[in-house]
This record gives sequence, structure tokens and C-alpha cells, in this order.
Amino acid sequence: MEHTSLLERILRGIALTLVVIFFMFPIVWILMMSFQTNETILRIPPQLVFKPTLANYTALITGKLTTAAGTLDIAFMRNLWNSVFLSVTSVAVALLLGVPAAYAFARHKFRGSEDIAFTLLSFRFAPALLVLLPLTLYFQKLGLANTYIGLIWVYQLICLPLILWIVRGYFEDIPADIEYAYRIAGHSWFATFRKIALPLAGPGIAAAGLLAFIFAWNNFIFALVLASADKQPVTVGALAFITSSGIQYGQISAAIVLSITPTLALALYAQRYLVEGLSLGAVKG
Amino acid sequence: MTTATMQRNRPSGFRISKKVLPYVLSLPALLVCIGILIPFFTSVVYSFQRYRLSQPWARQFNWGDNYISFFTDPRFWNTLEISLLYAGITVLLELLLGLGIAMLLQKRSTLNNFISIMLLMPLMTAPALAALMWKLMTNPGFGVLSYLASLIGLQDFRWASSPSTALFTVVLVDIWVYTPFIMILLLAGLRSLPTQPFEAAALDGVPRSFVFFRITLPMLTPYILTATLFRLLDSIQQFDIIYAMTQGGPGDTLTVFQVEAYLNFFQSTNVGRSAALMIILWAITYFLSNIFIKNWLRLRERARGLA
Repeated sequence: MEHTSLLERILRGIALTLVVIFFMFPIVWILMMSFQTNETILRIPPQLVFKPTLANYTALITGKLTTAAGTLDIAFMRNLWNSVFLSVTSVAVALLLGVPAAYAFARHKFRGSEDIAFTLLSFRFAPALLVLLPLTLYFQKLGLANTYIGLIWVYQLICLPLILWIVRGYFEDIPADIEYAYRIAGHSWFATFRKIALPLAGPGIAAAGLLAFIFAWNNFIFALVLASADKQPVTVGALAFITSSGIQYGQISAAIVLSITPTLALALYAQRYLVEGLSLGAVKG
Repeated sequence: MTTATMQRNRPSGFRISKKVLPYVLSLPALLVCIGILIPFFTSVVYSFQRYRLSQPWARQFNWGDNYISFFTDPRFWNTLEISLLYAGITVLLELLLGLGIAMLLQKRSTLNNFISIMLLMPLMTAPALAALMWKLMTNPGFGVLSYLASLIGLQDFRWASSPSTALFTVVLVDIWVYTPFIMILLLAGLRSLPTQPFEAAALDGVPRSFVFFRITLPMLTPYILTATLFRLLDSIQQFDIIYAMTQGGPGDTLTVFQVEAYLNFFQSTNVGRSAALMIILWAITYFLSNIFIKNWLRLRERARGLA
């Protein structure tokens, strides 16, 4: 073990403290703002001590903002519901489509399989608007504009490649001999897939699903282009707040807090999978 | 039970044949994606057309005109310049910062692990919402960062609303969101390095800088390359942070590729120019992603070989 001098330890401590402050401060500050009234928010210098209020959250949850000028409807709960519905459904669809395909790519090297897998992966890196702009025109013709089905379809652009590539890696890690042994015992490929491959790749599938959920939840551009107000998720909805009149900064902050809590909670819960998933399984081992 | 036995004894001809099976399994996923491939080709066609949503009657092929006009179009050069600048600055700073933080957290301890988990939080925040958070904090009226800036003598620091500091502000948000990405990749890399070279160097009393440049960095290179290219691909396409923060403004200060294409499509309804911009961006990302995928596969093979 190398010995570190006192000076070095102090410098390291200071550096780490600065790092933590820089990365945590915005979250803490917005959290604090969400419990403040507009009067305390607008006070200069900014207040560190204040009487917390839940008014911002009640306004968002009840959907009614009562001000001196009257009541105002806030559709934020609708946005939140859209985010939940779009992300959950998209991931479910992507798992349903992606897991069998990942199995096929991992187990059967068929003609063109590598090319197809690469094409799918390249979606991950293509500019979103390249596809989205013509799609808006098509969706209007097809009647898919501003529908959940249309959005979920497009969300496959984020979810499917992610699931395909992460899950494929997990399937490849299962020794093929285990599956052969089970097949030789007289079971069909489907039974083998269901009883052997799926359970063994289970953690990978869960990780891919979680990560796909986070990416779907955090997506902004798809819904910005393809959805109007009643179908918009929180990322687009919260942004619209800042331009809409009558909504106060405390409510915007509370909306941000409600919007980022699900992904942060999931990330903390599943943090050990994240490194692998984020790099599409690049740093295995 | 009986049906199961029957299935088992069924002659193999009735089962889905081995050759067809993989196609059947991957077909649904492919069909979904083909639906998305069509718009890609449509974009290519649009990019060769004079096509404005406001003048649908004037729609016609003008072949390379959209592209040729870029050469003499200062707006395009501005887009190219700001996109490359944005990607270059963010990735470079995030790489340096991410490497520094990863090295600070390298030793496994409860505190270090706790901090590295905490640092995941900005990364898991939706970039658009992160931009909104920073927008609130840099509000000239009540923003805490505006207040802090005024304390150190920057009385009228306009953050994203002034052309001279807009780039700085969005880069700051990008760094806040994405540095943790590079950090966790490099941390995983650092912690997976074999210990022998470092022990040998310590025994021989080799200076720290030598260890860093001659042992740590070379061994970490594959991770650094992966992280860099991954970020470069994302960063050159950045839309969420910039659009949420300034919508490309003030003026055309921050009209990076995707923002410019979005504005062209929805504000000036110039579909042709918008599509041509996206094709150029696609060409850049395709070039980068080819390098990336090759490098990444090599890394993957190596990780597999070691495991």
C-alpha cells in the first residue's frame, strides 16, 4: 500500500468535495425551491432557511393552482401519466420483440445476422431528426400523429437497439452446451428457451429493461416533434411550463422533482447494472 | 403430460425448421425497424428536393442545390462550426474531468462507492430537465448562480441569454449531465486494471507522473477511446440541452445541426434544407460510429478473452 502524505490527502478531500458540490448542488437547490413559495424564491440574496410549504406539490397533484387572480388548470399529472404509460409500454414492447431477436442473433449465426444486428445498432447513433422529420409527415397521413401507438412505435428506436445488444451479450455468455443437453433430453427449442436461456439471461434482461425505461423516460425530442399537449411526457410538459403564464417557479421546481424522481430512484436501485448497460456491455468483466 | 410427450415424439419435420427459426425470431423486431428505415430514405429524397411546407405546389427535384447552396451559406458554416466546437469542447472537458474524478475515486472504499453512486444522479436526469434546472438557477431575477456570479464581481452575467456566454452555459450543463458517464466508464476501467505493473513501479520507486503516462494511460486507452467516441457521437447531435435552454439562440449563436434542422422544418418549413442538414450530420456520425463500433468490438473481445 502506498503512503500518501497529509497534504495530498487534504487536496484530494478538497477536490472530492468540490466535485460533490458541483454535481449535487443543482438537484439539492431545485429540491429546496420546490418547497418554497414564490415570495421566498424571489428574495435576494437567495434564502437557505425558509418555512417549507407543500403548496407547489398540492397544486400540481390536484391540477388546480389557486392565485389571487383565480384558479388555473395545470395538466402536469397528465404529463406524468403519459411518461409512465409511454415508457412502460415501450419497454414491454421492446422486450417482447427484442429478447427473441437477441436470442436468434446470439445462438444462430444465420446469413446476414451480423449486418442486421449492426443496422439495428446504428439506429442508436443516427440523428433522431433524420427519421423524425419525414415521420411527422407520414404520421399525419397514416393517422398516427399524436397517438400513443405512433409514439410507442418511435420509442422503439431507443429501446429496441439497447435491449437487443445488451441481452444478446448475456445470451452469448450462456454456454451452448447447457442448452444442447436440455435439447437432447427431448425438449423443444421453445422449452429450452423458456426454461434455460431466459432464466439464465434474466438479470441481463432486467438490466436492459431498466435502462431502456430510463432512456425512454428521459427522451425529449420524439415527443416534442410528434406529440401535442395531451400526449406529451414530463420532459416536454415541464418545459412548456416556463413559457406558460401564471405558473410559478416553485411549481416548475416541484414538477422537475416529480419528473426526475422515478429515474433517479431506478438508477440508485440498479446502479450496478448501469455501467455495463450504458456502455452497451463494452466493459464486461 | 400426454401432449408434452406427443410433442417430444413428434417428427422433427413438424417443428419450425432450424434454418427458419432465427428469421422467425428476429422478424418482428426487423419489421418494426423497417417502418423506421423508410423515413430515412425519404429524408434522402427530400434533401434533393426544393420542398417547403408553405409552398407544396413548388415541390420539385433540385438535385444537389440544397447541398451546393451550403457552400455559400454563412448560416450553414455557423452550424458546422458551432456543432464541432460544442462537441469538441464538451468531450474534451468531460474526458479530463471524468478521468480526474475516476482517479480520485479509484480506491474502493465505502465513501468512494457512495460518491460514485451519487454522481450517477445527474446522468439519470433527463437532459431537457437538467437544462430547465440550470435555467431556473441562472435566471437573472432570482437565480442562485446569477447571485453567486454577482458576488464575485460579475454583476451582469447573462448566462444563456447573452451571445458571448451562451455556449459556455450550455457546455456547463452538458458537463454536469455527461461527465459522470465518462467517469463511471473510466472508473470501471481503472478498477479492472491488473495490479502487478503498479506494484512493480512502486517497488522501483518510479515517479508518479511516469506511472500515469506510461502505465495507467496506455492501459486505459481502450476505455478512453470508447467513452470519447460514445460521447462524441451524442454530443455532435446534441439537441435537448440546447433547445431546452435557448432554442438555438440568442440569434443563431447555438444553432447546432439538430436544432437548425428543427427550426428549418418547423419555423421556416424548409423541408429540403432541413433534410440535407440531417444527411450531412448523419454522414459525420456514420463515419464516427464506424470507428466506434470497430473499437468497441475489439474491446469486447478483449474483455471476453480476459474473463
